[in-house]
Amino acid sequence: MYVAVKGGERAIDAAHEWLAEERRGDPKVPELSLAQIREQMSLAVNRVMAEGSLYDPDLAALAIKQARGDLIEAIFLIRAYRTTLPRIGHSRPVETSDMRCDRRISATFKDAPGGQVLGPTFDYTHRLLDFELAAEGAAPVAQTGEPQQASTPRITDFLNRDGLIQDEAHGDATPPDMTRQPMEYPADRPLRLQALTRGDEGFVLGMAYSTQRGYGRNHPFVGELRIGAVEVEMEIPELGFDICIGEVTLTECETVNQFMGSKTEPAQFTRGYGLVFGQTERKAISMALVDRALRWQELGEENVGAPAQDEEFVLAHSDNIQATGFLEHIKLPHYVDFQSELELVRKMRRGAQGSMKEAAE
Amino acid sequence: MTAMQHDPAYNFAYLDEQTKRMIRRALLKALAIPGYQVPFASREMPMPYGWGTGGVQVTAACLTPEDRLKVIDQGADDTTNAVSIRKFFERTAGVETTEHTVQASVIQTRHRIPEAPLTEGQILVYQVPIPEPLRFLEPRETETRKMHALEEYGLIYVKLYEDIAHNGAISTAYAYPVKVEGRYVMDPSPIPKFDNPKLESAAIQLFGAGREQRIYAIPPYTQVVSLDFEDHPFEPSKADHDCDLCGCGTSYLDEVITDDAGGRMFVCSDTDFCAARQAEGHRGRLSGEDAA
Amino acid sequence: MRDDALSGGFADTPVEAARAFRAALEAMARPGSIHAVSGAAAPEPLSVAAAVLLLTLCDRETPLYLAPGHDTEALRNWLAFHVGAPLVGPREAMFAIGGWDALAPHDAYAIGTAEYPDRSVTLIVERTELSNAGTRLTGPGIETEAHLSLPETEAFQRNARRFPLGWDCYFTCGDRLAALPRTTRTEAL
Repeated sequence: MYVAVKGGERAIDAAHEWLAEERRGDPKVPELSLAQIREQMSLAVNRVMAEGSLYDPDLAALAIKQARGDLIEAIFLIRAYRTTLPRIGHSRPVETSDMRCDRRISATFKDAPGGQVLGPTFDYTHRLLDFELAAEGAAPVAQTGEPQQASTPRITDFLNRDGLIQDEAHGDATPPDMTRQPMEYPADRPLRLQALTRGDEGFVLGMAYSTQRGYGRNHPFVGELRIGAVEVEMEIPELGFDICIGEVTLTECETVNQFMGSKTEPAQFTRGYGLVFGQTERKAISMALVDRALRWQELGEENVGAPAQDEEFVLAHSDNIQATGFLEHIKLPHYVDFQSELELVRKMRRGAQGSMKEAAE
Repeated sequence: MTAMQHDPAYNFAYLDEQTKRMIRRALLKALAIPGYQVPFASREMPMPYGWGTGGVQVTAACLTPEDRLKVIDQGADDTTNAVSIRKFFERTAGVETTEHTVQASVIQTRHRIPEAPLTEGQILVYQVPIPEPLRFLEPRETETRKMHALEEYGLIYVKLYEDIAHNGAISTAYAYPVKVEGRYVMDPSPIPKFDNPKLESAAIQLFGAGREQRIYAIPPYTQVVSLDFEDHPFEPSKADHDCDLCGCGTSYLDEVITDDAGGRMFVCSDTDFCAARQAEGHRGRLSGEDAA
Repeated sequence: MRDDALSGGFADTPVEAARAFRAALEAMARPGSIHAVSGAAAPEPLSVAAAVLLLTLCDRETPLYLAPGHDTEALRNWLAFHVGAPLVGPREAMFAIGGWDALAPHDAYAIGTAEYPDRSVTLIVERTELSNAGTRLTGPGIETEAHLSLPETEAFQRNARRFPLGWDCYFTCGDRLAALPRTTRTEAL
């Protein structure tokens, strides 16, 4: 005897209990602390902060733990939490020229004031599994040098001085906030940059890679990549001046791209820009390439129909929380719609079989 | 179920007041321009996009402590996502919930309109995945927005006509497009086309698409016409059976596979409707004496 | 009515705003229907119903126009404290409040664009009388016909002819409110 399926609530509760047990894993193995995740999974923490649009390493570590290491799930937890936070005010734009750089490289000049600083990078490591890491050992200690006291000038400023690179328009307009206003196309550059900086790393990487392979090629050089801490300042109206409210680590990438110039304009380089929370250089470089590709119209280039030039395509599909939610929703029951199609297909088959029979007779 | 206090860790109905005001303004404009999709700054909810975030935000913006909420998915109150959303509002708004359509003042639904006619004083909130009826014909928002502005709906008629040319019938079985008050072509959300005639209702109908950031509405007693052709008129359709539990011949049916030898049965998709009929003594083909 | 800026807001905003919005929603969904609201007390001449609407729908994101008669210092102070809406002229307003004549000219307001007809003003029209008598209303939200004591009909007919563009109206009188969206067809009797 059939009875309508009941017990959804019990099934959900049981699933949540099982999930919690699996999250913990074997209880004989010590539990991860948030500090361990924050300190030893720091690049995962950075990605969660960047795509979660919330700079808080401890919360990101908690999200990673809760999500069992599924970073998109962790980003989702952070986004949902972020939504509930009150908006107290706005910071001043951060000054990346004053960044305390841990890493600063340029591919366009052999050397420049401020120097090339490799910093803690995977570049030039041989990707050989280090079995010594499997055993617990003493904490490694790196050699140190004298920190630079002066601020590190920008590579693109050197080019700018000679008029070799296009100057970016300065503006005091308050940029739109994509988390408070519905997306509207065409989007302006501040809005595009917002979408890209919180966009899925894999998606933005794929888009950037496609431009390198000829789908909207824009000949990028990494003019400069810098990673380090910057101060965040806020204007306090009651005080009448800015105060520093904290510090964030950022990755900034400026690409220098070829520009042919025209009859009326001398040839000039142009830029792509990437700025991302944390040490996230793959993302920042990708962002700069995609930013540059999306600027085709403003720079008078041809739209060759490349995906990375298509603003609506890129922005509408870069958010992994939107994407994964909609993708995974097809797991939900759809049997009402399926039934409707089933009836239609049966009816159409009856019709087709009827006419085939008629034709045979 | 009795009313309870909402979880004090959250604002009443979860959303902050500024967000609610923004959604409320969008809802009022949606009612003033029936069938037009009002952009709104959808928030990230603690449930995934595609799982009813639009409907949840609309419901959250409408609920009062006096409301009695019903949540259905596929017509049923006990489907997992309906349970999850109902629990969310029990916790964050502390409202009473019910499974009975007639007792509910707000009903959030995915994919169905209840069988019992809705009345004045009721609000039906739809969860909408893709609000744009022209999206699968033209993927660009910039283009479809122009088409709505110019009332240029030729493309969708061409699509329906091509269906007829290829298949002898319009091959859209759910999310069947409608024209509201003679102006905007609207996606009624993925309800089976069987439900389309119920879009003309005494209740307020609100549609929320969270991921796509759109809200739209049909006021009560508003003209809603399913698109069709004179020689191929719209027909709402359902399985050609009676419910095997309550015997109803006019309700929308789910087909259930009962064994691996081709056995199947048909039961009302609206579980509350079916249970009420059984309680009134109606019986179907497979009802035992003890059924109810 | 109070004259101090700090009192007269909602005591329990989430709940009172929710109830007020439901009244506003029902009113807009059923043109001509009259609903009582409560919970706000603003300085003269703002009615209870208009104050409730402003508290429920307006904030720093909604430019507001105060028509002559409502543009008083006491009211400005009250709005600054409880609502925070930037005060603007008719053209930029998302909401406008005042008597019907004070709000004139009625074609000075945003009526939306073909692509975004929702970007239009909502007028909150303060009335000394509000009853289900007078102008005949038909259209979406109305089963057969409804009646409402409108200040005139011609402006509303002109507004309805621009559909899907146009503005939408609330009428407020004491603690009661009614609404007239752009879709409603009006006919003087």
